[in-house]
Amino acid sequence: MAGQSDPHISLFSAEEVEFMAEDELIEIVPNMRMDPLNFICGDFGPFLPQIASQVPLWLAVALKKRGKCAIRPPQWMSVENLTRVLEGERESQGAFQVLPFHYVEISRLLFDHAREDIPDMYMVRSLIEDIRDVRIHKVETSLEKFSGTSAVKIPNLSAMEVNIIRPFVGRALQAFYKHDNPEKIPDVDRASSAQTRAANNEPRRQLRR
Amino acid sequence: MASGAGDWSAEQIDDYETLISTTDVELLKRAWRNEKASPEILPFEEALVKRAKEQIQLMEETVDDFAESGHDPLIASLYQMDLDRAQFLLRSYLRVRLQKIEKFMFHIWKMDTYRNRLSIEEEKFTERCIRDIGKHLEETVLSKLPDNYRSVLKQSIISEEDDMVPEPQLDTFIVAKCERATRPLYLDGSRQSASFDSRNDHFQMVPGDLCILRYRPFQEELMSGNISLV
Repeated sequence: MAGQSDPHISLFSAEEVEFMAEDELIEIVPNMRMDPLNFICGDFGPFLPQIASQVPLWLAVALKKRGKCAIRPPQWMSVENLTRVLEGERESQGAFQVLPFHYVEISRLLFDHAREDIPDMYMVRSLIEDIRDVRIHKVETSLEKFSGTSAVKIPNLSAMEVNIIRPFVGRALQAFYKHDNPEKIPDVDRASSAQTRAANNEPRRQLRR
Repeated sequence: MASGAGDWSAEQIDDYETLISTTDVELLKRAWRNEKASPEILPFEEALVKRAKEQIQLMEETVDDFAESGHDPLIASLYQMDLDRAQFLLRSYLRVRLQKIEKFMFHIWKMDTYRNRLSIEEEKFTERCIRDIGKHLEETVLSKLPDNYRSVLKQSIISEEDDMVPEPQLDTFIVAKCERATRPLYLDGSRQSASFDSRNDHFQMVPGDLCILRYRPFQEELMSGNISLV
């Protein structure tokens, strides 16, 4: 993003965000029989042909790659729901529509590996891309409204979006905090810091948009 | 097991169920996320790491058995994937902590609160690091500086504090998710946005909230598990 002084990459790499998303449960329909799997991360199965079962996303993708199952796209990934979400995003200026925390990663993995299991795949993909664009744009415009706070609620943001804005927003808020509270910076001269503390209590001029 | 469930309140049963249904992998993932996002080093999850190591070792043996006995290669590869994921979490958790130790080793060594957060091996590591860095700096640079400037910890002998020691920046902003309701918190009189109640200086999170916060006021909430970092 523009405005970063050093090419500081985000805290988590995109792969790590995807790694966290891969533990989300998703429904598969196996086409073979398999005994229960007793993993460190949990127990899954037994798997019977044509009987739906809930497994973590990484397992679903692995089975799908080996041709052992079909993946059922989650409820929220229907054209109907996504169209509604997109309208909602476009209408409301400040609020974000409710989407699964890992919707970006989940949809990407399904597009890459389970294309044929998604009805109207091209429509779904273009809807999700539009939704992402609107949301990121909304985040960027709402950044102008932050002015020297210690905490901001960001309901319904998703994991990937959080990871993208984190470096910039983190440093911006930190700069605001530092400038609002110069007495927090270790100061040898006590007198001058007492004066700045008094000056802080005046109402602040609203930042120009 | 919950045989005496009739004696428990609804909240206790809820907590208990969350406790037994949260796998070690989930807990390790949360510890890893918290450690990565936090500017300071967090208490070492000794019990969790021990359990995770045991489970991983058990699984490694199982997978080896599969490979030797010629078990279905599909199943073997799936178990291997699960094993890889768990190993990655454990290794990354330990590595992130080592990175933080390397960055702040003198500060951690000085402050008891931080020193108590290390595992035994990490303490040994810190000690060796300090010794090696100290020796390296002395041999390459400090011995060649004028007499009053030879300390590793202080800029010069007239410094009041150890001002050559970097400290973790606790005022960084982090993104946190609320797991359990937090106590109302004062935010040190700093300005608040219109998003929450400005009648009193309180800020409170309910489960499911996602926020960008300054780290310092929320340290305790993080330690108690009320919030987790994202």
